[in-house]
Amino acid sequence: MPRAGPAGVTVSLAQPRAERRRRASWALFAYLRPQEPVPRRVYLGTVTGSAVGLVALWCLLSYGGVVEPLFLPSPTAIIAAGLDLARDGTLVQDMRASLAVIVTGWALAAVLAVPIGILMGSFKVVEALVEPVIDFVRYLPVSAMIPLLILYVGIGTAEKVAVIFIGTFFQLVLLVADVAAHVPHEQLDVSYTLGASPAQVVGRVLLPATLPGVMDTLRITMGWAWTYLIVAEIVSADRGLGYLILNSMRGLFTDRIFVGLVVIGGLGLAFDLTFKWLHRRLLPWSPKA
Amino acid sequence: MAEPKLRIRDVTVAFRTRRGGEVVAIDRLSLDVADCQIVSIVGPSGCGKSTLLRLVAGLVPPSSGEIWLDGHQVTDPGADRGMVFQSYTLFPWLTVQGNVEFGPRLRGVPESERRAVAGRYIQMVGLTGFEHAYPKELSGGMMQRVAIARALANDPEVLLMDEPFGALDAQTRAFMGELLLDIWQKSPKTILFVTHDIDEALFLGDRVYVMTARPGRFRAEVSLSLPRPRTLEVTTSEEFVGAKRRVLAMIREETAKIMGAGAAAGS
Repeated sequence: MPRAGPAGVTVSLAQPRAERRRRASWALFAYLRPQEPVPRRVYLGTVTGSAVGLVALWCLLSYGGVVEPLFLPSPTAIIAAGLDLARDGTLVQDMRASLAVIVTGWALAAVLAVPIGILMGSFKVVEALVEPVIDFVRYLPVSAMIPLLILYVGIGTAEKVAVIFIGTFFQLVLLVADVAAHVPHEQLDVSYTLGASPAQVVGRVLLPATLPGVMDTLRITMGWAWTYLIVAEIVSADRGLGYLILNSMRGLFTDRIFVGLVVIGGLGLAFDLTFKWLHRRLLPWSPKA
Repeated sequence: MAEPKLRIRDVTVAFRTRRGGEVVAIDRLSLDVADCQIVSIVGPSGCGKSTLLRLVAGLVPPSSGEIWLDGHQVTDPGADRGMVFQSYTLFPWLTVQGNVEFGPRLRGVPESERRAVAGRYIQMVGLTGFEHAYPKELSGGMMQRVAIARALANDPEVLLMDEPFGALDAQTRAFMGELLLDIWQKSPKTILFVTHDIDEALFLGDRVYVMTARPGRFRAEVSLSLPRPRTLEVTTSEEFVGAKRRVLAMIREETAKIMGAGAAAGS
């Protein structure tokens, strides 16, 4: 193709613009296609934009006087209330109370539910033994059992730990059982052909194979535990983050309610990130790590 | 002929369905395999060829009939019958070396010896340098090479291969076939190789058995006198192409039986 002459110059000038337009429309098309990856820059930009937009909207509504402080306190009001609560020690006390309850209840559930779940998912006999009970109980809302729990163990810490335990235990058993049941059968078969006994297959193949799934399950149920904690504390408590929220409502301290929410969200996020970090650290081989 | 290494005698496998019916997967099948022979088994899908391997592995009990290996009757799985599956069965939590060492470790082989054995087989499948990689870092072909090394590290009497290259692309597949023959040439083993790829069956096997549609039986045996060591060039030889044509025709007929299309035209 001849490139010299005025025609060539026109082409070389016109082409980049057309090219850019073509690319831009292609990019737009790609962003709108399901499951298509987007450039990291675009992704991070959108994330930042979303967060900044939310805060901006909040500022507009609160500082702009669009919504009354009773319903939506301003960011500075919430920070001030948070500092106040931190200074007099109640925030730390409430956090500590809630964390103690949540970790105890959830850990008790995990310690019992993981082995039971693995047995249930691996051995049909155990499944037949356990499933009817669990399938029934797991549809009972934990909140419906709170009156009974109060009757049994009173309104102290034990009741709240029990709420978390019941809320997470039955779900955990089923989720872990599902993880164990989905260990590829051929991985067990191949172990037998390598000379493993049934006990060795359980100990050396089945158990390690369930680890990533169990890790994920523990992370997810920890999230649920927060929900149950607040339910338990709103019903009866004299400290804790749920109590903080409820008590603030009684005095119409909306800013304190928001402090409680932000702290719960922050703790939840911290737990989630810790679990993900542990997953990468402890199970570097896991496809999810 | 000397006592065969592996004897399968009148074996039948029947499964009971949920509705109370009975499905005969394998029907009175017999097979003798001599020491260090490679026997390929081809057949239409669902003909019971995988079940046949699982029988020899001891993972499925026969409904009737017997299986003998080296004069001992097979009753349950054991390290003397190594198996390579089509799906990726490496243990993801173990490195390549950990996977290959798995069998010897179960038997309590001391660490230094285990290491040496693993190293030898890892080298044999061409993965030296990947000892400490986890399966998630490997390609499909590499994973199957590790699976072969893992089975061989146990030094089994028979190697059972259930479409081991079935999930791989055509190029990798051809390469794996050559690699397997190369390994076999260096340390001969009795191999039972199930595949639906006729080229692969003919290229690898001393004998090729064609199975019928369910209930699985042997329809024909095709013996090949292709010289060894073989390279992929033999796949274009007259004998190979002729055998391929015959096997292809038989499998087509068997497949037609399943599909129901052949019912009117055939019998």
